[in-house]
Amino acid sequence: MSSIRRPEHQAPPEIFYGVDEAEKYTNNTRIMQIQAEMSERALELLALPDEPCYILDLGCGSGLSGECIEEQGHMWMGLDISQAMLDIAGERELEGDFACSDLGEGLPFRAGAFDGAISISALQWLCNADKSFHKPHKRLYKFFSTLYASLSRGSRAVFQFYPENSDQVEMITNQSMKAGFTGGLVVDFPNSTKAKKFFLVLMTGGSQPLPQGLGQEESHQSVGARFESRREKYKNMRGKNVKKSKDWILEKKERARKKGLDVRPDSKFTGRKRKDKW
Amino acid sequence: MKLLTHNMLTSKCMKAVVTGYPLTIQARDVKVSEVEFNQDFIARIIPKIDWECLCRAAEQLGHLEDLPKATPDNYETDTDFLKKAHHALLEIEIINGDLVCPETSRKFPVTDGIPNMLLNEDEI
Repeated sequence: MSSIRRPEHQAPPEIFYGVDEAEKYTNNTRIMQIQAEMSERALELLALPDEPCYILDLGCGSGLSGECIEEQGHMWMGLDISQAMLDIAGERELEGDFACSDLGEGLPFRAGAFDGAISISALQWLCNADKSFHKPHKRLYKFFSTLYASLSRGSRAVFQFYPENSDQVEMITNQSMKAGFTGGLVVDFPNSTKAKKFFLVLMTGGSQPLPQGLGQEESHQSVGARFESRREKYKNMRGKNVKKSKDWILEKKERARKKGLDVRPDSKFTGRKRKDKW
Repeated sequence: MKLLTHNMLTSKCMKAVVTGYPLTIQARDVKVSEVEFNQDFIARIIPKIDWECLCRAAEQLGHLEDLPKATPDNYETDTDFLKKAHHALLEIEIINGDLVCPETSRKFPVTDGIPNMLLNEDEI
């Protein structure tokens, strides 16, 4: 992965998200759309009861995800380290409240204050040591343990984040488990480079089954035919499908579907030749 | 900053602090705005609220008005009470001022309605 494009390599969050960068989050519709999609997915994974809840938004920025929370009829409270982003959030006339706080210093809340927590693209910032006294694993542990305390029992926390490598994922999950959470990583569209999204789903109070990521088939081990792998091998021995054939087209469409792209459904007309006169 | 937020905030992240609750309010500007009343939410949040802290906070801001001293037993159906709670929790906002830690007297400034809870290196 290229390191130049990663914002967390350029400057600490309170400096990177200055006035210029913060402005992008109010004007750039693409950023807004992506943020909204991810927030909606995070809320879905949060599996809230069907009544208004009090949600914590970690790294709320200009409050784009807060808007999604409001749309679903919940009340929220946001935390962010960047004053410039919070200033913009304040201008947007949102229902939620904000505070300026560094997540790595721990969360300043009473025990059991919130019914759930979401975080969009913030967690990877905690993996960096921006100041000489920062120790990422200690900061993560402090963050997760105070988060565990401020959530009510049986509630969840969902983090969408961009891990840089597998070591970061390991460090984050290890520290969250140490703090008492159960749960793990849910990956949406694992076959696509662009649409792939990592969600860390953490649960308090007992282990529950982890939700399935989008764009994946059902797990093979449990119900799949016993000799499927052998059959698969014979199929592949015959070589790849002939180009432009119906099977080739179907295979290509399937691959695109796994990436989460918009693909027309298969029908009896798929791969048919058009009449010459057309 | 709404009083709902104040009700949840503590200063226990600081090294020398044990509970750090409730934070004392020294307000310079207070604004009262109108927020849509959501009865279900208020009824659901009441058990989580430290009522005594809310009353004291409202008193410090001079907006105690006729807020009851304690929550009634059947608060879920008491619309009149829920409306008063709604007003105190969501409609009274601290715009400028300070939140003071009860144990160390450390001040957390509130500017334009946003409290700054950032700590220094030696306080963590």
